[in-house]
Formats: sequence, C-alpha cells, structure tokens
Amino acid sequence: MAALAIRDVRKRFGTTEVLKGVGLEIENGEFTVIVGPSGCGKSTLLNIIAGLEKPTSGTVEIGGRIVDDVAPKDRDIAMVFQSYALYPSMTVRQNIVFGMECRNVPKPQRAEALARVARLLQIEPLLDRKPAQLSGGQRQRVAMGRALVRDPLLFLFDEPLSNLDAKLRVEMRMEIKQLHHRIGSTMVYVTHDQIEAMTMATRIAVMHQGEVQQFADPDTVYNRPANLFVAGFMGAPPMNIFSARVEATPNGVQATIGQGENAVALALPDTCKPHAGRAVMLGLRPDCIAEEHRRFGADAAGLTIEAPVEMSEPTGAETIVVLRIGGERALARVSPDTRPAAGSRARFSLDMRRVCLFDPGTGMLIA
Amino acid sequence: MALGSYTGKGARPVRNAPTRVLLHAIAILLAAAYLVPLAVVLLNSVRSAEEIAQTSMIGWPLAWAWGNYATAWSDFCIAQTCTGIQPYMLNSALVTVPATILSTLLGAVAGYAISLWRFPGHAWIFGLVTLGVFLPEQMRLIPWTIVLRDVGLSNTLTGLVAIHTIQGLSFTTLFCRNYYLSIPQDLIKAAKIDGAGFFRIFARIVLPLSPPILIVSTIWQFTGIWNEFLYGVTFTTGTQQPITAALIALTAAVADAPQYGVQSAAVVLAALPTLLVYLFGGRYFVRGLTAGAVK
Repeated sequence: MAALAIRDVRKRFGTTEVLKGVGLEIENGEFTVIVGPSGCGKSTLLNIIAGLEKPTSGTVEIGGRIVDDVAPKDRDIAMVFQSYALYPSMTVRQNIVFGMECRNVPKPQRAEALARVARLLQIEPLLDRKPAQLSGGQRQRVAMGRALVRDPLLFLFDEPLSNLDAKLRVEMRMEIKQLHHRIGSTMVYVTHDQIEAMTMATRIAVMHQGEVQQFADPDTVYNRPANLFVAGFMGAPPMNIFSARVEATPNGVQATIGQGENAVALALPDTCKPHAGRAVMLGLRPDCIAEEHRRFGADAAGLTIEAPVEMSEPTGAETIVVLRIGGERALARVSPDTRPAAGSRARFSLDMRRVCLFDPGTGMLIA
Repeated sequence: MALGSYTGKGARPVRNAPTRVLLHAIAILLAAAYLVPLAVVLLNSVRSAEEIAQTSMIGWPLAWAWGNYATAWSDFCIAQTCTGIQPYMLNSALVTVPATILSTLLGAVAGYAISLWRFPGHAWIFGLVTLGVFLPEQMRLIPWTIVLRDVGLSNTLTGLVAIHTIQGLSFTTLFCRNYYLSIPQDLIKAAKIDGAGFFRIFARIVLPLSPPILIVSTIWQFTGIWNEFLYGVTFTTGTQQPITAALIALTAAVADAPQYGVQSAAVVLAALPTLLVYLFGGRYFVRGLTAGAVK
C-alpha cells in the first residue's frame, strides 16, 4: 500500500497554473525528496499534501484514505517548516506538547512522549527556554521534536535546513537521514538543494514549472537524467551538454562534436547505434572527464583526447578544469594534483559508458 | 517578535549654534501657545469666582481656592441636581471601560480572522469595516437613533456602550489587522496541523504576541470614548449623561454669576483620566504603532 498517492493534482492561482497535473506514489518508509528551483510548485504541492491548500483538481491519498475533504489535523501528518514556526510565546516544552494538548492526550502520556523526543534529539537542557533564546540549530531541533512527538503516517519537511549556515546544514542533513533509518517513517522532504536531494533521498522527484520531470532513485536521476532540465539541475557542476552528430563507422558508433578542424569524434557505446545519422545533445558529467591516466571501471583501454585548457580551479579535493571539446566549453573533475596551465593543451581520459543522448527537439533522454 | 525600537532617520543635527537657538525658541513658543489653555484652566481651577470676576480671566491665584475641586466633585448643581460631577464621571467610566475592552477584544478577533485566516472575501470585509473610520459621526446620528429606539436602549448607558463598541471596531480592526500581518503565516499552519482551531490559535499563539497593539488600541479607544461628546449629548439626558455632556449643562445652568473657578476644576477633573492614560501609556503608544512597521 502506498503511504502517499498524489493523482493528477492541479493548482491554479488566478490565471497562473502552478501545478500542471502532478502524480506521485510514495511507498511506506520511503524518504522522498521533492527538488526543484524556486517557483517550480514544490512548496505548493507540500501544502496540498498537508491540507493547508486545496488543489484545483486531483486527489491526495494518505495511507490508502482519500483526504481531499479532511482537515490538516486529521490527516495524520506532521510538518517541519523552513521558518521552524515555533510558537514564540511558549517554551520549548509547551511547543512540543501543544499538539497533544490540542488532541486531549492524557498528561502522563504527554510527558512520556516529550521525554522520548527530548532524549532522541538531545534537547533536554532546552525544554524551559523560549524560541528566541535558541540558536538556529537548536530551533531546528525543536521543530523536529514537535513533529516527532506524534507518530504520524507521514512526515513533511519544507526546506527545513535552508536557514542554517553551511556547516550546521551538513550536520543536520546527516542527523535527519539517521533519524529516518532509526524510525523508518515515510518522509516527504522539499528542498531546492540538489545535494540534499542526492544525499538523503531514497527517491527524488525533480520538479520544474509545475510538473514532475523525473521520479527515480538518486543514482538514476544522476546518471540517467530524464531530460536536459534534470541533467542541468542535478549535479554541481552540472552535466556538460554538447550538440553532436551520431554516425555509424566501420569501427563502431561515434559522436562528432564541433566543425572542421576543431571537430572531435568520440566512440559511443553500441547501445547508441539506433540513433546513427541523427543530431543529438550529448551529455557527459564532469566526473566522466579526468586526467589522462585515470582508468574508469575495469576496461583498461579508455578513450583519451587532447583538448585546449582555458582555466584550472583547484578546490582542494579535486581540480575543476575548464576545457574545450570540439570548440564547446566543458568542465572536467581531475585529481587535485593535476593543474594544467591556462592556454596549454592537455590530454584527458573520458568515461563514455556514462554518456547520455538527448533529443535536441524535446530535450528527452533517448540513450 | 520583539518590540521594535524606533529608528527613524531624523533630520541632520544642526551644528550652527545661532540656528539651533532660533529653532529651540520657535519650538518653545509653539509649545507655550499649545499649553496656554491648559494653564488658564489649571490656574482658574484654584481661584474663587469673585477673584476672577474682580480681576481677570487670566491671572495668578491671589488666594488658593482648593475648595473648588471638592465643590465640583460632589456639591455643584447641574440642571437642578446638586451632586457635582461625581455621578457623571461614573457614567463616563461605565461607558468607557466596557466599550474600550469590548471593542479592543472584538477588533483583535476580527483583525486576526482577516489577516491570518484569509477566508474568501476577507479583503471586502476589511474594506467595509474600515470604511467606518472615514464616516463622519454626524452622518451616523440618525441611523443610531433608529437602532437605539428599536432595541429599546434610548437614553441608556448600555446604548452608548453599544455605539462605541461597534464604531470602535473600525479602528481596532484596522490596528490589529495591520499588526497581525507581521505574524508569519507558518505559525498558523503549524498550529492547524497540531490540531488547534480558530479560537485556540487566537488565545494561545496570537494573543500572547499582541500586547503592543492591544495597548495602542486601548489608549486610542479609551481617549476617544471618554472625550466623545456628540453621542453623549444626543442620546442621553439628565442623570444618564457622560461627563462631557454634563460639563456643558454645568456651564449652561449658571444663570447668575459665572462660576469659572468651579467649572475649571470640573474640567480638570474630567480631563484627568485621559491625561493619566497619556502620561503612563504614551510611550507604549508610540512604540506599539511602530512595532509592526519596523519589525
């Protein structure tokens, strides 16, 4: 049984259609991340799941029950907000038990649940403070506590980490992931941060302009993006995209990037054969372009090319090299000790097994 | 949401000494002009009627006639009843206190509903309610006459309480709605998911954040209702009159020698409650008005 099913949900504000028929089925215990740029409709979708907004059409099912006419409090959900939304005049303790108080949970049970959550999140020393006396990370924990104190069918997170500084964000990211492992609840997590999506999700729904572009596990989204939008949105730096021609030669299928003397021919996997003779958009992740002696996978005979280098950016863990392939700009992630000089030519090793071909018209993945 | 401190940008400080002296002189002159009526009333309130009649309306007391206050409070005759202003002060209090509390609380609930619940048509309702702010009170006299007659509240303090509560709603709703706009919508959403309803969210989350605007609203309403004259004089007579209406009767009733001393004392006593509210609440008033804006 799906923990959450969204069927053809549409939402219109005046004349603008924010959601254009969204459908998702989320299994029990899954950690689903809905990711997309701002304005893609992801927060509206979350509000519709929570019942805080009504869809223009479509249905939402939570735990097998259609909840379109069910009030938020009766949907058996808990939600963590980007602003934390802690009640400013209440102490941490009162914030956490407020939901149980509204539901007339007997006092001994309240105390028990409070103690459990405070221990789980290590916020026992904070219980008598007001939200204004807490740091950002502590507020975040209390907001989590308020959600965890109940045992809902569904946890909803609305960009819960985006108000934290970078270091704390990474820590809380890991904590939330561990928490999910420990309690195994179904979670739906909205973010614009593709790293959060990649690291936390069991499945990622990539949204753009009110539509789900791809709904798949992180590896698939990363390696086999459904279209050019997903290819460009997921991954930092994003996937390199070249316009290329696919040709069949006696030695196998190859893609040619660029014209005349700049032109570079790259051997393609045999699976690309059906597209021989077509113009395509060729996608290659920066991590598929490395220093000459890198061996990708088991096959020793990798493909290497010589290319002009525009710039090298050492980041410590790796060096990002800006180079030109067939006259088109590309990014490569090479080992940190490789620092080809700007203006020089260098050899690079390419992992063509992970190449993606997109239709130049529709932008959809074809091979 | 802390009380915002006022950080408005003032004019550049004037460095030039003569200019500064001139500016201060003008300011003091203006302040003095505003304070002259108050000074005259205060001085006359401790002068005897004979002294005022023999010398001038404006002058330093030759003999301090403190007795004026006692006379004004409990003995002076207004329209053939010699009780002083005491019962009329009580009338004013019986109108002002309930009407202030009711209009402030109802305005808070209305402002909360309009700003944080965004029900369909909320903008229209808000527009209609605040239209009341701009209607001159003369325009509302006849409708109120009809309403008070039909519900049987003519010439009663309850009738005045009803009028001031309902009319005050325009202001209090406007104040509270604007203030509550600064409360994040997420708080309401979180409380809805927690299972709280309309009134529980109001009582437990919104009301504890409200003291700054409730103080503003209370001061505004108290001052406005206490000083109100037109409805008081139109809808009540005799012993039912609030102090503002009674003061007029007090000056009109004197046929023989004008009792300026006692009348001045009565005026000072009548103005005392609003003066005290201003003295003790004035700084909260300014702070509360800017709290939402500065944030």
